[in-house]
Amino acid sequence: MSQRIDHHPVLGSLGDRKQLSFYYNGTVYTAYEGETIAGALLAAGVRTLRVHEEKGTPRGIYCNIGHCYECRVHVDGVPTVRACMTLVQEGMQVNAGSLLPTPLKKGGHGA
Amino acid sequence: MIDLLIIGAGPAGLSAAIASARQGLAVRVVDEFYRPGGRLLGQLHQEPDGVWWNGLDEAARLTEEARHLGVEIICGVSVFHLTQSRNGWVVSTTQGEMTVPLLLIATGASEAAVPVPGWTLPGVMSIGAAQVMTNVQRVRVGQRGVVVGINILSVAISRELQLAGVTLDRMILPPSTTVSGTAGQPKAVMQSLLRVAHLAPSLMIRLGSKLMGSSWMQKLAVSLYPSSGFSMWDIPIQLRTAALEIVGTFQVEGVRIAQVAADGSPIAGTEQVIPADFVCIAGGLSPLAELAAIAGCPFAYVPSLGGHVPLHNESMRTPVPGLYVAGNITGIESAKVAMAQGTVAGLSIAKARGKLTNEQPLSDAIQQVKIVRQNATIQFDPDIVAGRALVGQMTAEWIAH
Ligand SMILES: Cc1cc2nc3c(=O)[nH]c(=O)nc-3n(C[C@H](O)[C@H](O)[C@H](O)COP(=O)(O)OP(=O)(O)OC[C@H]3O[C@@H](n4cnc5c(N)ncnc54)[C@H](O)[C@@H]3O)c2cc1C
Ligand code: FES
Repeated sequence: MSQRIDHHPVLGSLGDRKQLSFYYNGTVYTAYEGETIAGALLAAGVRTLRVHEEKGTPRGIYCNIGHCYECRVHVDGVPTVRACMTLVQEGMQVNAGSLLPTPLKKGGHGA
Repeated sequence: MIDLLIIGAGPAGLSAAIASARQGLAVRVVDEFYRPGGRLLGQLHQEPDGVWWNGLDEAARLTEEARHLGVEIICGVSVFHLTQSRNGWVVSTTQGEMTVPLLLIATGASEAAVPVPGWTLPGVMSIGAAQVMTNVQRVRVGQRGVVVGINILSVAISRELQLAGVTLDRMILPPSTTVSGTAGQPKAVMQSLLRVAHLAPSLMIRLGSKLMGSSWMQKLAVSLYPSSGFSMWDIPIQLRTAALEIVGTFQVEGVRIAQVAADGSPIAGTEQVIPADFVCIAGGLSPLAELAAIAGCPFAYVPSLGGHVPLHNESMRTPVPGLYVAGNITGIESAKVAMAQGTVAGLSIAKARGKLTNEQPLSDAIQQVKIVRQNATIQFDPDIVAGRALVGQMTAEWIAH
């Protein structure tokens, strides 16, 4: 079952929307025009948007309105783009970022 | 050259834009979201008379009216710094600097976090996040979820999720900690819930809200409360159950819960894990006022308004020359109040610019805010009027000194 709410009992139906393709971590996904990166990925069942830079633990959206920066991803090479505020564009390359070394931290994962 | 820059295209900012543009001001509105409307965009409530409050329609109406009056609305622009200059303000945005004589900050509110252990797992989100995902993005946040935090906003949004075909397993309290405060205490939550009972369709709850007026009855109700709770719109609301931890490896798999005593402390031996694929945390709202602080505006801490608010008077003027505020940044209230405040700010700014020839509309608009407040369906705090009065008094004192 699609996670998209095409028909809503009060808000009505969405009608035809233009379909777009974009990449997340190299895999191709489908979005519709007007969908945010976070929305399109959630509709496809993807909840993890990035990994925590220091711990590597998975993170998704939290506030969905641009306040918390939990959803930050790399878009076409630009880091710290908020997936909840950014609309998908055709061919967009979205990446989760990666675990970064913490060489100065005792007991860090690099050790 | 613009006369007025408005930060925030929510109901307050757009209403201010309309009011000031009508008086002949050249107005620009910037907002970091990709479309105008602010938190209106997600709102969908049935008023007690049965009519739906459709925020998307309201947002479209306000946007169209503003654009029709020549207001320039620019989306996708974040403001991150403000400095005062000789000619007004220099506003730093992600699209460069903007210089403007008069500034209105209408940045709204943000949701207070309640850090339940496990809350960083994908699938955990704020209740407002679920609202926007469901009603604006039109994507279901999951199959079956748990709402942690029982307040007016989470009750209203739970209903919105249900309308969109999302199943809510139950609504429960956050763990009782210094962070969650009274939100983890059954008695306090019961009291605040009784104030919104008029929104519930069930006659029993409506009757209950009248019957349970006195505080000893509320105490009784909490202590005798069936641990299974009651339901609103068939959503189980369990005032005697709290979340202890959100569990899962790569994403939410469930919530560890326990029954709690009337003061919120967990009852030994009642722990269990219930399955869920998403969790919404509802910690309440607080004014998003950092920009006013950067601008050098003095603040007041007023819990009934949601926390720290910039000092301002009834005309929405702050003690800082050329700086105005409107909407949730001045205290947490519903969208209709934000709109009425925006109209006041717009007229007041027009007056400052020498464009308001007759003062009557401004005093009428100030009166209108009070009327709208009194008739509001959704009230976030019972002491809002006293809180507003306190800020007015503090502002007057600040200006006098
Ligand atoms: C998540 C959430 C859900 C809510 N849901 C409801 C509800 O269902 N019912 C209800 O009655 N009330 C709700 N509220 C309360 C709501 O804030 C008011 O009803 C009303 O929308 C407030 O209007 P406003 O114009 O003051 O602010 P908002 O509507 O919040 O608009 C503020 C605007 O400012 C923009 N902004 C903020 N900071 C910046 C910046 N630095 N740079 C550029 N732009 C910026 C934001 O993107 C936003 O569009 C909700 C609040 C929140 C935070
Ligand atoms: S989810 Fe909070 S900024 Fe995107």
